[in-house]
Amino acid sequence: MDMSRGATAERAGERASVFGHPAIDCDAHIVVPAINSIMPYLDAYWRQQFLNRGIDRLSWSLTSEAPNSPISGRPDWRPAQGKPGADLAMLRSAVLDGFGVQTAIATCLWGGAVLHSEDMSAVVCTAVNDWIAAEWLAHEPRLRASIVVPLGNPELAAEEIERRSGDRRFVQVTMLVAGETPLGKRHNWPIFRAAEKYGLPIGVHAGGAYHHPMMANGFGSYFLEDYVAQAFAFESAVLSLVSEGVFAKFPDLKVVFQESGVTWLPACLWRFNKTWRGVRAEIPWVKRPPKDIVRDHIRLTTQPFDEPDGARRLERFCEMLDSDEMLLFSTDYPHWHYEGTEALPLDRNSPLARKVLYENAMATYPRLNGSLT
Amino acid sequence: MSKTRHIAARVDEIPPGSRKKVAIAGRDIALFNIAGDFFALGDKCPHESGSLCAGRIIGLAEADEPGKYRLSRDGEFVKCSWHGWEFDIRTGQSWCDPANTRVRAYEASIEPGAALIKGPYVAETYAVRVEENYVVIDL
Repeated sequence: MDMSRGATAERAGERASVFGHPAIDCDAHIVVPAINSIMPYLDAYWRQQFLNRGIDRLSWSLTSEAPNSPISGRPDWRPAQGKPGADLAMLRSAVLDGFGVQTAIATCLWGGAVLHSEDMSAVVCTAVNDWIAAEWLAHEPRLRASIVVPLGNPELAAEEIERRSGDRRFVQVTMLVAGETPLGKRHNWPIFRAAEKYGLPIGVHAGGAYHHPMMANGFGSYFLEDYVAQAFAFESAVLSLVSEGVFAKFPDLKVVFQESGVTWLPACLWRFNKTWRGVRAEIPWVKRPPKDIVRDHIRLTTQPFDEPDGARRLERFCEMLDSDEMLLFSTDYPHWHYEGTEALPLDRNSPLARKVLYENAMATYPRLNGSLT
Repeated sequence: MSKTRHIAARVDEIPPGSRKKVAIAGRDIALFNIAGDFFALGDKCPHESGSLCAGRIIGLAEADEPGKYRLSRDGEFVKCSWHGWEFDIRTGQSWCDPANTRVRAYEASIEPGAALIKGPYVAETYAVRVEENYVVIDL
């Protein structure tokens, strides 16, 4: 085995991870501990409203992020107090130092993005982005973040992207895979337009507002069903984004699927390609096979990676997609999918390792290149 | 190898916009009349061998961006009768996969009976008459 490959991977401006290559973590979670954490970032009116209405005592955790669920926090990544993911020191020791990643892109999943009140949702998203900038990014230069936006009002979401666009520590925009409507619908286009304009990929994360079931014909009974069914929602997102013409309208837009499970994608695209050939006149803006469009625009983070036993699993995925550029390394900290640092579903000496760990992320996120100002 | 001239149909059997399936030298061939010009395609979709002659004749649906629909070249494409794959009647080329998927296209022409009757030709089902025009395929 060639053990020198990792050692020689380090180049100017790069720092090797535990895998021997430089690494970017494209899905590390940070969590709002409680509503009162963001109270200092609200204006006087909203601060008073939150107190008067008792909102300051709520949690606003998304159902899919239930803090006590085993999958939400690996035992050694649970802080002594509070929610997994809420502690900067633990993110530092577990991810930034623990894996030696050069950069971690933080995703903040939070109920504030899906409130029924559009104004309140916009205000708390602005507050949480200010909180991320002041209490995370300002203290940790290896950290980057995703912009949290009010998903129920794409115009206000676009305003928040605009407001945040000058701060290059924010490198993507977070949406949920199972929002109010199929992801590619035109009412979401203000978000895509702003994201494309400012070089921000859309991070589409597992989860939703729970206004709709994950399973198309109704709510299941168990958390298990809901968690596994996230993959179905991602398939729907592929169909919607391509069919509605999001990538025809926004040719420079990149979408990163986070915590999707990954390996459902080839079968989805085989059927999508085949069916498109028979009815493609419905969507004449789709001028190439859907698989080719997906290959150019969609990226997937690697944890969790649903795989059968056997060798060359990630390699086979790349062969089926005819691409080695779609997978982006993630730890999915603090979620519990693996032990220790076994986060890379690939032999570190594979020629793919450097691409998956580092190069693909650098190609996907324009803001990881160049200076912060 | 020299080609043989086959008389495929009488022109008046296939008015503009219509099509007719013929058998020539053991092959099923779909003849199409687009505004007076005749085109001949193998009547076998490269996908699962469905009949193109039985398919719907359509135009080319295009869009420069989502929601901006336009139809051009109406009557110049055929959708396979089985799974809807679209082919350019003029060339046999697949719209979705022009590089790898193509239907066999044959040269079709119109010849007056007065010229044909001198031969040589093969007319499996037709008695050639001086006063008629014929669709002719060389293969």
